[in-house]
Formats: sequence, structure tokens, C-alpha cells
Amino acid sequence: MIITGNNVSKEFIRQGKGTNRFVAVKQTQIRIEEGKLTLLTGRSGSGKSTLLNMLAGLLAPTSGTVMYGDDDIYSLDDEKLSAFRMENIGVIPQGQTAVGTLTVIENICLSYMLKGADDRASVYSYARELMARFGIPELENELPSALSGGELRRMAIARAMIRKPGVIFADEPTCDLDDENTELVLKILKNTAENGTSVFVVSHEKDAAQYADFCYSMNAGEISAL
Amino acid sequence: MKLTESLSFKNIKGRPARSLALTILTAIMAASIVVGTVTVTSLKTGLGALESRLGADIMVVPASAASKKNFENIVLQGSKGYFYMDRTYYDKVAEREGIEKISAQLFLASASAGCCSVPLQIIGYDPETDFTVSPWIRKSTGGELGLLDVVVGNDLSVFVGDTITFYNVRCNVVAKLDKTGTDLDTAVYTNTDTIKRLIESSLELGMNDFRDIDPDKVVSCILIKVADDHPVDEVLNDLNLHVRRTKSFKTKDMISGVSDSLIGVSGIIGILMCAVWLLGLVILFLAFTLSVNERRKEFAVLRIAGASRRKISRTVVSEALIITLGGSIAGTAAGLLIMLPFNGLIEESMGLPFLLPEAWVIIVLCFAAIVVSAAAGAASSAYSAHRVSRLDAGLVLRGDN
Repeated sequence: MIITGNNVSKEFIRQGKGTNRFVAVKQTQIRIEEGKLTLLTGRSGSGKSTLLNMLAGLLAPTSGTVMYGDDDIYSLDDEKLSAFRMENIGVIPQGQTAVGTLTVIENICLSYMLKGADDRASVYSYARELMARFGIPELENELPSALSGGELRRMAIARAMIRKPGVIFADEPTCDLDDENTELVLKILKNTAENGTSVFVVSHEKDAAQYADFCYSMNAGEISAL
Repeated sequence: MKLTESLSFKNIKGRPARSLALTILTAIMAASIVVGTVTVTSLKTGLGALESRLGADIMVVPASAASKKNFENIVLQGSKGYFYMDRTYYDKVAEREGIEKISAQLFLASASAGCCSVPLQIIGYDPETDFTVSPWIRKSTGGELGLLDVVVGNDLSVFVGDTITFYNVRCNVVAKLDKTGTDLDTAVYTNTDTIKRLIESSLELGMNDFRDIDPDKVVSCILIKVADDHPVDEVLNDLNLHVRRTKSFKTKDMISGVSDSLIGVSGIIGILMCAVWLLGLVILFLAFTLSVNERRKEFAVLRIAGASRRKISRTVVSEALIITLGGSIAGTAAGLLIMLPFNGLIEESMGLPFLLPEAWVIIVLCFAAIVVSAAAGAASSAYSAHRVSRLDAGLVLRGDN
């Protein structure tokens, strides 16, 4: 799936004395190619995550459009956009993210728990396949509180992939991970892209560039190709 | 097999301490409704039963009796006690204007010694003139009482066909009356001839001081039904003015004392219920707000997994509804467990007419308690549900929101 951000920008209003607007992302044009890993780097606060969230359908841009193929996703109402996101977009968020009361396999199958699946056995079977691929097969029935940072990140990747989405957005997927886990995660994402999924990664990681097909840099809300 | 596990159930199970605390809180709220409303309804039902039993407009008693400490309980509620006046007062009262019906009653408190099955109030009435007791005795027996026939209150543990002994006289239980929620439920009604027989026997046994009591010559109270064309107050004033050494009361005024007490008790119950509810709702509101705040990241994860804002809102409300519904059912059951087995104790401690309403009324009250408590609990989560549904997942996960 080809994703295009057409002149997308985002302004925030900071709370405090008086009105203080700031532009997190200036008007930006970007294209994420099918079957490629696109990397976006930049300093903290440069607007990388904001751009990712806009492209992933999680944050409406102040101006511009986000096109998935020929469809402008922000023209959809919340129900339809959420359904679209569930079916087509996998997001690996920054930090440790899990629903604490669900087991690892339930967290991975979260989108099916939200909507329901006709065949639980096949959903769980694919979840187990992903867990095995990411090296966490024995953690199926553990709660997230029992997992390490690396294991949680791999669980989040499996959760993003469970519906075999057309695009995956990963926000600092290697943050806080050791070298071994960093390499593992980047290899997984690269491999996913090679299998036909569009992958968009925001990362500080210097080594990430060697896995990328396209590299961009962001500075003070402005994007530039590397 | 379908994958449709409820996130709400999982969240409830995953946070047992919090869920249990909120369930108990809702249970207390529901129990307060059941106990409060059943108590107030029982008091009203008791008052209604008392009113329908009295049947008279005016009650005349000896002036000396009116100062007795438990006078009202004796005449209104059948508590054990007695007082007498000469029957000539009956004739004097009967001569006054505006009296449609008049009848006398004689109170006899039975002894607690071995001569009697149980110590209780025996009320003798004159079948020829009575208009207060006879209608519901006829309703129970289908006719008049014969010699040594008695009708017993609902709380006495004897049955129709049994015998009950007073002063070694075996009396036949021919009917059992409906419950009133007062001491009348432990009273025994019989006619004047049987009263005479009991007094004779007590004198033979040398028990009690009934030697001056001749049912043909003394009465305990005179009951009056005022003619329609005469105001009750006018007849009352006339009696108090012209029939000396007696005191006449309007029965409605006597009941109004009970009614005032009932209003007072109902008010206190209402205030307590409001306090429990106010506190409960504030705690529930804070608990749901804090819980949702703590779990903002989790809700953001649900958003990125494809949950719509409405779905997230529904998850929060349904979680609250499951907890509060469970609590409401448990609380209602607990309320019933308090009210049903212990209603006698409650009646005794209140000293007011107390009669549990019919089963269908209790069922309706319980159903209302469950619905109101569950709905109120769920409503207290509505603000949290609305707030969490507005969050921006991307910003929350970055920690900016």
C-alpha cells in the first residue's frame, strides 16, 4: 500500500500564559512505498512522532491530507477510520505499551478481541507463529508485568502484525533495547518490508539506516531526504 | 470457536481488589435502598392496617387512663394493660347527639403464670353493638363467636382448631386475623360471655384482681361512629364537656401521633439513604476517574489496535455497569436478608405499626433498587468514559497528553 502525506502540517496550542501556538510539523510532502522500509531520523522534538501519528491515522493534521492509495483517511468518520486502522495499519508505539490485565497472546490478538474473530484457533495459531518468530514462544500466558523491555517490544511488534496489515508504523522501536534486541527488531521490520508490507520507522538508532530503503531526516518540523 | 472475550470482564478480573471494593460500595448503596424503602413501606402498610382496624371516629376512656404511660399503645396497638369505668358512662355517652353507632370493649390482660398459655391482651367486645371488630372477625370466621370461641392475632403460634388456655379455661381458636404490625397481632378477641367465664375462673383460681370487674357493669373503652350530619369535632367537644370523668379522643388524632412518628422515622431514613448515596456516588465517580486516568496508555493501545472512540467509551461504561450490576444484586439480596428474617426485631425496636408489604411490592422495590443502583454506578463512569474517548492516542503514548 502506498501512503502519501500531502502538505501535512500540525500545530499545537501550548497551555500557559496567553495563547502560544507552535508548529510541530511544517507543511510536509512524504511518500511511503510498498514493500520498502522508510526511515525517519531527527533530534528529539523535531516532529518525527507527530508526523508518524498523522500518517498512521491517529492524529488529524492541521492542514493537508493523508492518502492511502486514493483514499483520504481523515475524510472518514471515527468509526470508519478506526475500522480502517484495525484492518490496514499496524502501529508499534513508543515505550512499553500493553493492556496489563491481558496475557501476552491476548495482547497480540487485541484487535480481534475488539471486533471478534470467527476462528479463534487460527488467530491464536498465527499469534503463536509470530511469537515463535520473535523469540517469545514461552510467554503466551504471561502477563505484561512479567516481561522485560525487549520482550514487550517484540510483543508490540507481533500485535501490530497480527492482522497482516498493509503498513506498519514503528515509533522508536529500538529505544531502550540492548544491541542484540535492537538488531533483532530491525531485522524483523526489514524482513516484514521485504515480504511486501510498507514499513515506516522513526528512530534515533544510527544503525537503522543500513536496513532502510529510504531515509529522511527531520529538523524543527521540516523534512528532508537523506 | 469465536474470539469474543469481553475486555470489560478481563479488566474486572485483572483488578480484583478494585473491582471488589467498588462492588461492595454499590452493594451498600443498593442495600440502603432496599432496607430504607421496605422499612418506610412497612411502616405505611402498618399504619394503613391500624387505621382500617380501628373503624371508630371517637374513643372514650376513663379520664384516669388517659394519663397512663402506655395508654395509646393499649388502646391503639393492643399492648398489655387495662383500665375500667362504670357502664353508666356508656349510657351517658349514648344519649349525646350525633352518635350513629356505639359499642364498648373490655380489656383483660392475661397472667403469665401456668394458668394461661401465653401472657397477652384479651379484648372483649359486644357482638350486638360492635362495629369495629365484628366486620373483620366475620371476614375471618364467616359468622359470630360462640361461648369460649376466640379469634387470635396473626403472631400467636396457634392455629385454627387449636385450643388456648386462659385461667384454666380452654378456648377454641376459630380464626386467625391478618397481620397489623402492632401488638394487636398478639391479642385475643372474644365476646363478653367468654370474658365473664374467664373472670369467674380467674377468681376461682385466686389469680388477678378481677373481683370488681363485672362485664355487665364496667367497660374499658367506648367506641363511637359519628353520624354523617355531625362534625366529629363537635361531637368530641360535646362529649368532653358533658360526660365527666372520661376523656374522648379523635382516633385520627391518636393515629396522627403514630403518623407523625412515621414521618419522622421516614425522614431520618431518607436522610441516611441520601448520605449513603451521595458518598457512594462521589467515591464511585472518583474511583472511575482515577482508574481511567491510570489506564490512559491502555486505552491508547486500544485506539491503535482499532478501537473507535465509541468502543472505548462503551468499554469503560460496560465495565462500570458489570461491577455495579453485580453489586446491586448482591446488595439487594443482603437488604432482603436483613429485612425478611429480622422484621420482627425491627418492628420491636421502632415501636411503630410495622407490616411488611405484599410480596409483589417487595419484588418491585428490589427490582427498582437493582436498576437505580446499577444505573447510578454506570452513570458515574460516564464522565470518565467521555474524557477517555477524546484522548489522542499518539500524544498519550508519547506522554504529552
